[in-house]
Amino acid sequence: MDTFALLMQGLSVAAQPINLLYALVGVTLGTAVGVLPGIGPATTVALLLPVTYKLDPAGSLIMFAGIYYGGMYGGSTTSILLNTPGESASIVTALEGNKMAKAGRGGPALATAAIGSFVAGLIATIALAFLAPWVVKFALAFGPREYFALMVLAFVTVSAAFGDSTLRGLVSLFIGLTLGIVGIDLQTGQARMSFGIPDLLDGVEVTTLAVAMFAIGETLFVAAQGKRAPETVEPVRGSLWMNASDWARSWKPWLRGTIIGFPIGAMPAGGAEIGTFFSYAAEKKLSKHPEEFGNGAIEGVAGPEAANNASAAGTLVPLLTLGLPTSATAAIMLAGFQQYGLQPGPLLFTSNPQLVWGLIASLLIANLMLIVLNLPLIGLWVRLLTIPKPWLYAGILLFATLGTIGANPSVFELGMLLVFGLLGYGLRLFHFPIAPVVVGLILGPMAEQQLRRALAISQGDFGVLFTSPISATLLALAALALVVPLVLRIRGRGQLLAQIASDAD
Amino acid sequence: MKHLAAAAFVAGALALPGLALAADYSIMAPAGPGGGWDQTARAMQEAMTAEGISGNVQVINVPGAGGTIGLAQFAQEANGDPSRLIVGGYVMVGAILTNKSPVTLDAVTPIARLTGEFEVIVVPAASDIKTLADLVTKLKADPGAVSWAGGSAGGTDHITAGLLAKTVGVDPKLVNYVAFSGGGEALAAVLGSQTTVGISGYGEFQAQVEAGALRVLGVSAPERIAVVDAPTFKEGGVDLSVMNWRMVAAGPGLSAEQVAAITADVQKMAESASWKKTLETKGWMNTWLAGDDFKAQLAKEIAATEAVLKDIGLVQ
Repeated sequence: MDTFALLMQGLSVAAQPINLLYALVGVTLGTAVGVLPGIGPATTVALLLPVTYKLDPAGSLIMFAGIYYGGMYGGSTTSILLNTPGESASIVTALEGNKMAKAGRGGPALATAAIGSFVAGLIATIALAFLAPWVVKFALAFGPREYFALMVLAFVTVSAAFGDSTLRGLVSLFIGLTLGIVGIDLQTGQARMSFGIPDLLDGVEVTTLAVAMFAIGETLFVAAQGKRAPETVEPVRGSLWMNASDWARSWKPWLRGTIIGFPIGAMPAGGAEIGTFFSYAAEKKLSKHPEEFGNGAIEGVAGPEAANNASAAGTLVPLLTLGLPTSATAAIMLAGFQQYGLQPGPLLFTSNPQLVWGLIASLLIANLMLIVLNLPLIGLWVRLLTIPKPWLYAGILLFATLGTIGANPSVFELGMLLVFGLLGYGLRLFHFPIAPVVVGLILGPMAEQQLRRALAISQGDFGVLFTSPISATLLALAALALVVPLVLRIRGRGQLLAQIASDAD
Repeated sequence: MKHLAAAAFVAGALALPGLALAADYSIMAPAGPGGGWDQTARAMQEAMTAEGISGNVQVINVPGAGGTIGLAQFAQEANGDPSRLIVGGYVMVGAILTNKSPVTLDAVTPIARLTGEFEVIVVPAASDIKTLADLVTKLKADPGAVSWAGGSAGGTDHITAGLLAKTVGVDPKLVNYVAFSGGGEALAAVLGSQTTVGISGYGEFQAQVEAGALRVLGVSAPERIAVVDAPTFKEGGVDLSVMNWRMVAAGPGLSAEQVAAITADVQKMAESASWKKTLETKGWMNTWLAGDDFKAQLAKEIAATEAVLKDIGLVQ
């Protein structure tokens, strides 16, 4: 009841007209930077910091929160329509979303992403308000060995979810893992596989690889087919809006995505994209239409988008309770707090309750504003697909290039974009799945660093991986996920697996 | 396009009516937005604009490899251009050595040291290590059993841990240093009792220390400082002081007059009321040192850092 009263008080702060205006400016800017390539929410907040110095703390933090949530919304639009994920958390959305868009179902894809984001944002923000102290305890229980076990589980479930051929999937995954080795090793400070090129010292940028593989690779593929291309892009088929079946297939993934995304976002070394991977794998396992995955399954958009937004709210848990920024945007918001002499941490909730609850309340308002702003825009967005194909793909190429240059103005980065684009084209040509390459690049370095940290702390004793209850459970789950399908297949009871999958929900 | 729009928005919001100002500056922060160097560059931008030192100050982020990527780009582009500045610091000294960077600080013109922060060693409140002496005893008994959580390998935190071991007669190679990436992952590891101790700038740990979740064993300052209520390393029996400083430098190939003009502008900024206010709100310490004094100090630190990195085994 006390928390509830504080939240109500916060809503009254956030509902002041001037703060509503800041929230509106924030979500509009955030959506814009999410849609446009090359400039993310982190850069936007950094650019605005000096400006907001003159504003009052509540107003500017409300605006930053709007930008943060808005950026998450906007990111899905380009993924779905143009197959150009602008940030690592919307890579999974592109997988099914773009297939849907090409089949004339861009409207429902955008709608399920927007409504899923709203639902997840709403639930996760309320969870932030009421559960933050407990969630943060759970998140702190994760040390290097627990993270490593989580990564192992991610590898097993995610690599099983992509494509039909295990061998081809593994080949793609290992390309990604190899690319993940490039750059300075955090534990020793030594450069690996950088061949003396300074641009490679920080490794391969995930978004550069993703945009190259998805957007450039596909553009080359379509161009190479010329007039023989069987694929036709249909701008709209059927309703622009979600039909009854879409709703029925979306609501459970929204909720599951939220439950997966929020705690992972709250983990200091979790990362928003990990939640989207787990959500995608879970939806594919649980779906009644697993055959649609890879061809535009709505669950594959609804779940990961919800996970993405829930983890954005999750990120605020360690920021507000511990003063721990776990994403670039959160780091800049921390700088924003410090600009007003406020130190986020365990004392912030007691020393500045109006501010904290005002921020949480304004997240709720920003969330509502975003859906009001975005749903009517869907009709406008899908018109993009009516552009004739040569123009559309030329536009995608331009968009992808601009995005890469905008994020990192370097000729070498552009060269990498083209080389990886060619690689993506080659993989497509020989029917290798694309997503595992990107997944390998993201998960590989994380798994490696966490394993090495765990072993450094234990002074080389592998036993520690199994002595923590959390990591032992996660590793056991991973082992089950790996072994059970094999056993069932060997026994010739593949149909049983399908049965379990369809009964599971 | 968006970049332009955002920049125009910022410029528009900052434009003060009817001001005709002196030289334009462009400050490179050789790191991503949000970090210490970025914040320093943006604070300079703000102070220089507010004080009328310059009408148009831009901040450019070139992230990567402990600042060495930005440094290499800067040394090339800013040659003979008095409008270009770069922010850097002690972390860059270590990164240049461990990355074997072909471009070193010799390729730029150091202007002044601006701010600094001392390192602290912390343990969770429940830890049985109560004082720095307890830690030293443990370290001497079995160096590997003490795990240190801090920032990237070869950074200030790692160097401080190595120097501490060396000072108390433990081989720095045996220090069990666990590197975490930025953004407070090291803090999370200490809070969750994943490692024995945590080592970083005080700012990283401040909120948790004030809340009583972490205990400070020692501060790397030569004398007690106001913000931290804890003994110095020296008081704890370890004769060592380390400071993680930040500086500003200009490009190579400038005339003595140009360097003097830049130094005057930076000094005016550093003495301004708005800069002092920034230092206060951000909890930064004023460590102003310019000219030949700074150059001498820099040379001394580079030599000491190279020695300890060799001892740790990161530099051959």
